[in-house]
Amino acid sequence: MSVHERAAASPHERAAASPHGPAAASPHERAAASPHGPAAASAPDLTPAGAQGQATPNPHSGPALLVLEDGTHFRGRSIGAAGTVTGEAVFNTGMAGYQEVLTDPSYRRQIVAMTAPHVGNYGLNAHDMESDRIQVAGYVVKEAARRPSSWRAEQDLRTALTAAEVVGIEGIDTRRLTRHLRERGAMRAGLSTEHLDVDVLLAEVLDAPGMAGLELASEVTTPQPYVVPAVGQRRFRVAAIDFGMKRSIARYLAAQGVEVHVLPSTTTAEQVRALEPDGLFLSNGPGDPSTVAAGITTTAALLGEIPTFGICLGSQLLGHALGADTYKLTFGHRGVNQPVLRRADGVVEITSHNHGFAVRASSLGEQVEEHVFATADHGDVEVSHVNLNDDVVEGLTAREIPAFSVQYHPESAPGPSDARYLFGRFVELLERTQGDTV
Amino acid sequence: MPRRDDLTSVLVLGSGPIVIGQACEFDYSGTQACKVLREEGLRVILVNSNPATIMTDPDFADATYVEPLTVEAVRSVIERERPDALLPTLGGQTALNLSVDLQREGVLEAFGVEVLGADLEAIQTAEDRQRFKDAMTEIGLESPRSTYVNAPEQALEAAQEYGYPVVLRPSYTLGGKGGGIAYDREQLEVMIRQGLYDSPVHEVLVEESVLGWKEFELEVMRDAHDNCVIICSIENVDAMGVHTGDSMTVAPIMTLSDPEYQRMRDAAFKVLRRIGVETGGSNVQFAVEPDTGRMVVIEMNPRVSRSSALASKATGFPIAKIAARLAIGYTLDEIANDITRETKAAFEPTIDYVVVKVPRFTFEKFAGTDDTLTTRMKSVGEVMAMGRTFKEAVNKALRSLEDGRIGFGSAAPVEVDDDTLEGLLVRPTAQRLEALDEAMTRGWSVERISALSGIDPWFVDQLVQIVERRRTLRSYEHLAALPDHVLHDAKREGFSDAHIAALVQTSEQAVRDRRRAAGIAPVFKTVDTCAAEFRAYTPYHYSTYEDEDEVTDATRDRVIVLGSGPNRIGQGVEFDYCCVHAVLALKDAGYETVMVNCNPETVSTDYDTADRLYFEPLTVEDVLEVCERERPAGVLVQLGGQTPLKLARELEANGVPIWGTSPDAIDAAEDRGRFGALMEELGVPMPPGGIARSFEEAREVAERIGYPVLVRPSYVLGGRAMQIVDDDVALQRYLTDAVAAAPDQPILVDRFLESAIEVDVDAVYDGEELFVGGVLEHIEEAGVHSGDSACTLPPLTLGPAQEEQIRRVTLGIAQGLQVRGLLNVQFALKDDVLYCIEANPRASRTVPFTSKATGVPLAKVAALVMAGRTLSELRGEGWLPREDAVQGPRPRHVAVKEAVLPFDRFPGVDAVLGPEMRSTGEVMGIDRDFGAAFAKSQAGTGSMVLPTSGKVFVSVSNRDKRAVVFPVMRLVDLGFEIVATAGTADVLGRTGLEVEVVGKVSEGAPQILRMVESGEVGLVLNTPFGSGTRGDGYEIRQAAVTNGVPVITTLAGILAAVHGIQALRRGPLEVHSIQEYQQELLDRVAIDAAGGAA
Repeated sequence: MSVHERAAASPHERAAASPHGPAAASPHERAAASPHGPAAASAPDLTPAGAQGQATPNPHSGPALLVLEDGTHFRGRSIGAAGTVTGEAVFNTGMAGYQEVLTDPSYRRQIVAMTAPHVGNYGLNAHDMESDRIQVAGYVVKEAARRPSSWRAEQDLRTALTAAEVVGIEGIDTRRLTRHLRERGAMRAGLSTEHLDVDVLLAEVLDAPGMAGLELASEVTTPQPYVVPAVGQRRFRVAAIDFGMKRSIARYLAAQGVEVHVLPSTTTAEQVRALEPDGLFLSNGPGDPSTVAAGITTTAALLGEIPTFGICLGSQLLGHALGADTYKLTFGHRGVNQPVLRRADGVVEITSHNHGFAVRASSLGEQVEEHVFATADHGDVEVSHVNLNDDVVEGLTAREIPAFSVQYHPESAPGPSDARYLFGRFVELLERTQGDTV
Repeated sequence: MPRRDDLTSVLVLGSGPIVIGQACEFDYSGTQACKVLREEGLRVILVNSNPATIMTDPDFADATYVEPLTVEAVRSVIERERPDALLPTLGGQTALNLSVDLQREGVLEAFGVEVLGADLEAIQTAEDRQRFKDAMTEIGLESPRSTYVNAPEQALEAAQEYGYPVVLRPSYTLGGKGGGIAYDREQLEVMIRQGLYDSPVHEVLVEESVLGWKEFELEVMRDAHDNCVIICSIENVDAMGVHTGDSMTVAPIMTLSDPEYQRMRDAAFKVLRRIGVETGGSNVQFAVEPDTGRMVVIEMNPRVSRSSALASKATGFPIAKIAARLAIGYTLDEIANDITRETKAAFEPTIDYVVVKVPRFTFEKFAGTDDTLTTRMKSVGEVMAMGRTFKEAVNKALRSLEDGRIGFGSAAPVEVDDDTLEGLLVRPTAQRLEALDEAMTRGWSVERISALSGIDPWFVDQLVQIVERRRTLRSYEHLAALPDHVLHDAKREGFSDAHIAALVQTSEQAVRDRRRAAGIAPVFKTVDTCAAEFRAYTPYHYSTYEDEDEVTDATRDRVIVLGSGPNRIGQGVEFDYCCVHAVLALKDAGYETVMVNCNPETVSTDYDTADRLYFEPLTVEDVLEVCERERPAGVLVQLGGQTPLKLARELEANGVPIWGTSPDAIDAAEDRGRFGALMEELGVPMPPGGIARSFEEAREVAERIGYPVLVRPSYVLGGRAMQIVDDDVALQRYLTDAVAAAPDQPILVDRFLESAIEVDVDAVYDGEELFVGGVLEHIEEAGVHSGDSACTLPPLTLGPAQEEQIRRVTLGIAQGLQVRGLLNVQFALKDDVLYCIEANPRASRTVPFTSKATGVPLAKVAALVMAGRTLSELRGEGWLPREDAVQGPRPRHVAVKEAVLPFDRFPGVDAVLGPEMRSTGEVMGIDRDFGAAFAKSQAGTGSMVLPTSGKVFVSVSNRDKRAVVFPVMRLVDLGFEIVATAGTADVLGRTGLEVEVVGKVSEGAPQILRMVESGEVGLVLNTPFGSGTRGDGYEIRQAAVTNGVPVITTLAGILAAVHGIQALRRGPLEVHSIQEYQQELLDRVAIDAAGGAA
């Protein structure tokens, strides 16, 4: 069974745990945090097998092969399930936070290589899940920990990968892989414990679809709407369209007094309006933004009507709704050390990224002043944030309608908290707009 | 924000001599800062008393003052130079403390000097434990519970409340000096007194113990725009309780989950903002309770530190350089990342390898001291290694130490019972790793080892994997049986060829041959700050056993300079200075220079010193692999001290082209027989002596040549286990206690030349011509290790004829050994006979001092000579003056080098100078006459500051009694009061001096100890009465060292001190920059030349 098929069928569960930052949660709080949403009853994959009395297959420890679409290949040892997967090979440069990476739905159909050589050192735990399951198609590390160590650890990496039926490989020159992807760009790849012949696996890779033009939001979105209640008094109601939303986002919104109505990716503008929300949130998610037609249509219809905030894929969808294009980056930004320049005051935020596509600034419209573009239908839009390394658009702020977005992850998870203020900024926007309307 | 345009000149303070807790990392940071500030067009004024540093090279500042780091001296510098600002954060604790003092005494205000980086309020908040703790509470961060005390009773009360053990942390001390852990009331009573004394403000923090917690450090930078970034995260393998300088540490953090790490990161920024570090680098330390994740802030340093040097080398992000730019107004986003070029300094480095730092200890030199590791730092140096895994990095780091280890678990097993072993795990000592290895070898579980040692199970398991691999390797009876894949796995885990050879019982060469035949060779990866996300332009490499090699081919001839490895006693920053100079000169001459070294504190391991940097262990294997990759035209081995020298022969045997003096000649100089033959040929006497392989043989030699004799094992470094013995009994004791002579371990027995004047010569020889850089006359007589004795240049008492003779003999040795490059010769002058003690065809410890005192860049000249240039060519290009130190005019200034000793770190060790070297560093005093220069050198040591009035205690051995009379009379003339024990008082009294007599401590009269402890006596003159006795002298010296009262233990030292005190009494000493002294010398040469022509 391929990972993709199985994942599409799996139930979804979205938990909103404590209102505090994840690390502030004590073990008791973690245990007490009950999952919300329709699929709350289903057991998370992470529960230690022993405790549940279920049989978890032993991690496969034989040889494994990684082949890139240009024929470059790497031989190593399996650290997860037996099988074969294909996907887009990408690398992530974060030194910790592997569990959040593994469970981030934006990594759907990607074979993720970690540049940090030691992975799995502190194990995995229920609290650091960014979705209900491991999402990556395949996982590539230099060395997986034999023995994790942390007061937070509940499971080890190999067991978790195996339980989630994800194929993984260790013992390869991950730096060579990274350099290759940096020079040639992210590309299709296959990872297998079965097909150890390069040509055989390569043939499968060449049959697999590329990421450009691939619609994946529907694979990872929630099948049913559900609500994450506000922490403390409810101040606002926000419709959050789930294109593969990370749990932390709902958690940080809820912590601001927002009741988060999580909606499937195909939700229409009418369905949103029916909820009478104070704001619209567009989530992160996998795949090519230009294919997320429903999301773009819904956003375009609601723009100017209610305050809108987008993160990652959500930022790209806002771009499309404003009339702009998106394009695929050579190898993307995946890591937790990306410097983003906030134009308003020149401060540099160190931010968490996971994106392979970006908004093309010039396609927003005619440039009217530095970094400001006149869109056809929604007035002037400012490129509010750019990446200091490569000038990629990292944030949009509409000047005439209440809408803004960032291409990176203010919820981080994993990564720095530098951009957490953006949740507050959304709430301020909600306050202002409410003040206007009430 | 661009750079401030209101600054035109900046005063930079260095960190002074190398001491435990403050080593050459501050030369690295200071050098970087000076470079940057000058690049920015600022006038740089530097003060540093340490002549062995690169930063004090005249090229690195506009005005370089090699003057004591005291308020008086710096005030004089400020008065002359009138800098706009002071940069206090790059010279370690010394510079920081001095800046606080300058502020307190109103100097900065008087001259309108602005403090850059961290203001004094910030420094004080960070340094003062109670204020720091209050500040942490204010921003919602936890600290260990603690109380600030200034009396022993208060400490006992606090301990009652927290329960034992408690941690003691005195305010304002270096490297945790005076601190420690008290396990019970008895210990606390003793330790609290020491701590209160060591703190300049007599305050000690008594703290709840967080022993056994995990320890972390974050290196943070902040700019004037409030951008904050973490440069490097560091995890201590050793748990809390061991000073971070003495801990094995790892970068990046290995055992924290992202939420935990982010909480720490947020906390670190809060700390910087609250303390008020406006710009620059800081280090914040945290402890985390392993079972709960509870995090407490331990301390922060509002300056660059040892850890920031490590972090810079570990990540490729040059913290000090960036800190200097931030200090003058730039923001992080305006500064380019040199390595990637296209990205900026406003980011957080991410690394795709593991960095391990291991401390280097030298307890063997301090017999009688306890080697338990505590919160007080005791290591003298460190090594760093990089690998793609922790296991690889650990094994590489351990073989970098040069202490006999060839990997983890290569030392002799710890043969103790299980109970004792448990104790060794609980109580960490310098043998920590051996104890861990033994426990693992015995099959103790990860949990048990972790519980006992406090080391995280992840690290324990990693080390267990090495033990398992060792077991696998050992299971093969011979090399041929070892499968390739097992060999390859072992190499990937960092096993050295030597270690594998030891395990399969074959030779290192056999393993290497086999490995190469199997195609198993290392590749070299690049340190690029970004885990390969961007292209790197800086060839900074480390080896590993993977697929892809990243070294680019060179276009020019390459020269490899081998560095000096970890700092240790006998081999420190002096050799790094020589290596860096060689690199600079060869770069200049058009070569592509390649540096190999493993010491993260150094300038040589800065990625922009040499064209290419290999951060690798200095072993035959690792150096050969670099040579294999680089195919150098030549390799320089004579600049990095003994470290590269001992590799020379094997490198040459493996076809590596060694430039300069041949390995065979190096051998000839070390081999007693061969060198003796050469001396005979030259007609130069050597002290008579012989080789002995048993006590009987040793006694025969001693009888033939007569006592006292100097005994030592053959082939020793830094005077290791060297002693002067006066009779058969002492000889017997030496052979039973210190060194066992055996057929394969001969000892050398030489006539000891009593009362001889020792002379050091540093010279360069090109095969045709000799250039003497300097003749250095030692102040202490022969018998004190040359590294521990003060010396003066030009010589104080030698005449022209003697200097000529010294030059002649040096030339003869240079010719006889066929030296190409540097040569150091040690002579002893006794009764007008010049004896040659030894010759070293390599850079010596005194090369930087000589160069600084004379302005001639000896190491650069030597490097060029090794590359085939002649002295006459170099003279033509302006590298050298027309005549050398013996032939040319005598300078009008005197430079004195003084050694800095770490006795205050090792309680229980007798503070007497002897033939075993124990100094960690040196200072230079330079002035118009010997007295002033000597006084400055003493002030520079920090611990030997000469008093100008008050009481002096005199107690000398019988043979010195006659000679001590005149210097003591002079002290009385200068207004000192004399205190003496009966014997000495009697002799002094007969000359009409008024002397206060005190009883002997050993006879139940501890009055003198109290006088020393209370500071009533400001100087102790005490020459010991024969070796090995621990009588009065020992007690008094201990008291003096503990209380910071200078002790002088030689007659020659007493005479020099009187000269110094006289100079001090004349009034405040003048300060002049090195550039001024050197210009004066050049002018004189020019005048002489003009005069000669007329």
